[in-house]
Amino acid sequence: MKQESETEMLKEYAEQEYKYGFVTDIESETLPPGLNEEVIQFISKKKGEPQWLTDWRLKAYKIWLKMEEPHWANVEYPKINYQAISYYSAPKNMKDGPKSLDEVDPELIKTYNKLGIPLEEQEILAGVAVDAVFDSMSVATTFKDRLAEKGVIFCPISEAVKEHPELIKKYLGSVVPQSDNFFAALNSAVFTDGSFCYIPPGTRCPMELSTYFRINEPNTGQFERTLIVAEKGAYVSYLEGCTAPKRDENQLHAAVVELVALDDAEIKYSTVQNWYPGDKDGKGGIYNFVTKRGACRGNSSKITWTQVETGSSITWKYPSCILQGDNSKGEFYSVALSALKQQADTGTKMIHIGKNTKSTIISKGISAQKGQNTYRGQVMIKKSATGARNYSQCDSLLIGDQCGAHTFPYLDVKNTKSHIEHEASTSKIGEDQIYYCKQRGISEEDAINLIVNGFCKEVFKELPMEFAVEAQRLLEVSLEGSVG
Amino acid sequence: MLKITNLHASVEGNSILKGINLEVKAGETHAIMGPNGSGKSTLAQVLAGHDDYEVDQGEVSYLGKDLLELDVDERACEGIFLAFQYPVELPGVNNTYFLKSALNAQRKYRGETEIDAMEFMDLIGDKIKLLNLKDSLLKRPVNEGFSGGEKKRNEIFQMAVLEPKLALLDETDSGLDIDALRIVAGGVNAMRSKDNATIIVTHYQRLLNYIVPDYVHVLVDGKIISSGDKALALELEEKGYDKIIEESKA
Repeated sequence: MKQESETEMLKEYAEQEYKYGFVTDIESETLPPGLNEEVIQFISKKKGEPQWLTDWRLKAYKIWLKMEEPHWANVEYPKINYQAISYYSAPKNMKDGPKSLDEVDPELIKTYNKLGIPLEEQEILAGVAVDAVFDSMSVATTFKDRLAEKGVIFCPISEAVKEHPELIKKYLGSVVPQSDNFFAALNSAVFTDGSFCYIPPGTRCPMELSTYFRINEPNTGQFERTLIVAEKGAYVSYLEGCTAPKRDENQLHAAVVELVALDDAEIKYSTVQNWYPGDKDGKGGIYNFVTKRGACRGNSSKITWTQVETGSSITWKYPSCILQGDNSKGEFYSVALSALKQQADTGTKMIHIGKNTKSTIISKGISAQKGQNTYRGQVMIKKSATGARNYSQCDSLLIGDQCGAHTFPYLDVKNTKSHIEHEASTSKIGEDQIYYCKQRGISEEDAINLIVNGFCKEVFKELPMEFAVEAQRLLEVSLEGSVG
Repeated sequence: MLKITNLHASVEGNSILKGINLEVKAGETHAIMGPNGSGKSTLAQVLAGHDDYEVDQGEVSYLGKDLLELDVDERACEGIFLAFQYPVELPGVNNTYFLKSALNAQRKYRGETEIDAMEFMDLIGDKIKLLNLKDSLLKRPVNEGFSGGEKKRNEIFQMAVLEPKLALLDETDSGLDIDALRIVAGGVNAMRSKDNATIIVTHYQRLLNYIVPDYVHVLVDGKIISSGDKALALELEEKGYDKIIEESKA
């Protein structure tokens, strides 16, 4: 009888190839490694920033120097040498930024095509406006005109600094201050690009906004900064996808995302993160140390974070909501896959300040091979948050017997008229489940995909249609070769 | 269709099947009866290809192929269907989607085109009536939250959709009330034809009142000790296993 033991299955896992591990050969302008005030001034000058922003960066740098890298997360990695990282890299022949897609380096376009996001095609067919960040420069922004009609601003943050300084000045750092944490401070000092999005009052953004990030240069960190502001009664759905080429060195990615929702505004922020995860021994891969936070500043505002995290060798990420406005809502839906030797410590913080604020947390952790998956979540109900409600559900799925799942829910309740529910489960993909599927004619690999997708369903249904399909495919690719 | 010759099988070193010989032709329905622990379910699992069961000796030929060489999913695609005694729950996996994936996997294996969603819905619409299952079960995760009877009917429903050549029913009658038993039996009978065969593994004669077998085999301690027609099942019911075992020794 032909048999495939689980161990054999998982051995095959290791041989799975990172699909997006190609390097684009483009002449680029890269700063030598190292971080000091001159480097920050150089970046600021390169970007043509006003003095206030240069000062803002320098202030962040001074704060950062006094801070210590946090080590409370359930992850292990060698010490990062911040002086060995280059903090600026930009494709050389587009220093001034392209005016249209025709001006974009064909090599770059090819890269995006490999990633499955042909810009021209998307511009015409998909109705998705893409702001593509290639290392530190934003190379192409589509659909600007159609968005402009509605008064929606969607542009690289470096451009927004010049074109809309009053908005940037008002909101930058207002959700994640420079002093927030070690990586946020570092990002504030050296951020190179990212997206800015502003939806005017009462406006429903006419299309899904999307940014693809990609780290190309070796030894560069990517420190993008995203800021989204939804004015009163505005609505926007924002999609973020990430991939990085395959390299033996570890690369640092310390991004900051800030969301601001005013009265009755709604922001949906969806991420599909597929940075290079490193190899089976944990060599290479992205350190994804990201600070994402949304402020439901207005009454009845709503912020939804949906994330599908399949890449990176280490993920340290807690997209959070500050529920300040009365009746505001925060949601967090997450699928995190740790295979190979990946480590993920991810979750959310829901901080209830306003009355009758509500939050929902659905977290699905999948561990396979030698992956370690940790859910870390905090629900804080402040004294003022009368009538606050939270529902949390954390489920873990284990594939094989060398992986781990951990759950750390923290609850901090200061108001007795509030309501919190927490459910958690851990299950293993059973041999009996796989056998049952196979007995119906479904191959082992498809059976695992079926079971994993079933497990993730509650999260996938929160993703925009085309993203849900991509997320599903990504999980399949990540689990490819996991069976004989 | 199926020829089992001197089949020996074990689980974790414990010998369970100790020389089974059985031939099943297309169009036939065989019942395997026997006391608890006699190896009935093991036989069904070995034919389906379960990993936990080690084949120590013997041959199984199925439609001219060496069945023991095929993996579980290949056997399924070759038309072997096992109705589980304890159907497995697949949380979050939609019942319809699961069944469509299974059917298409089998069609693909046979080199047929995959069935589209519309055709598939038509197909299952007919079959679900046959098993008197609620439409709502189609939208629920596979077997999750199903009652015992619903799980068993769902098995036969899957069988009706997949149209196997050789169906193995493992204690399908256990946990069914009399109405459900009739429905399940009706479903199985509706599928019987000259081209397919059924092996019913059961402890009780009860199911055989509704699905009348052509042959009845009594399995005791890993061996078939007696074979006959429907009358043998009735005799078993009347005398009990001990008596039959005694008689076979005499």
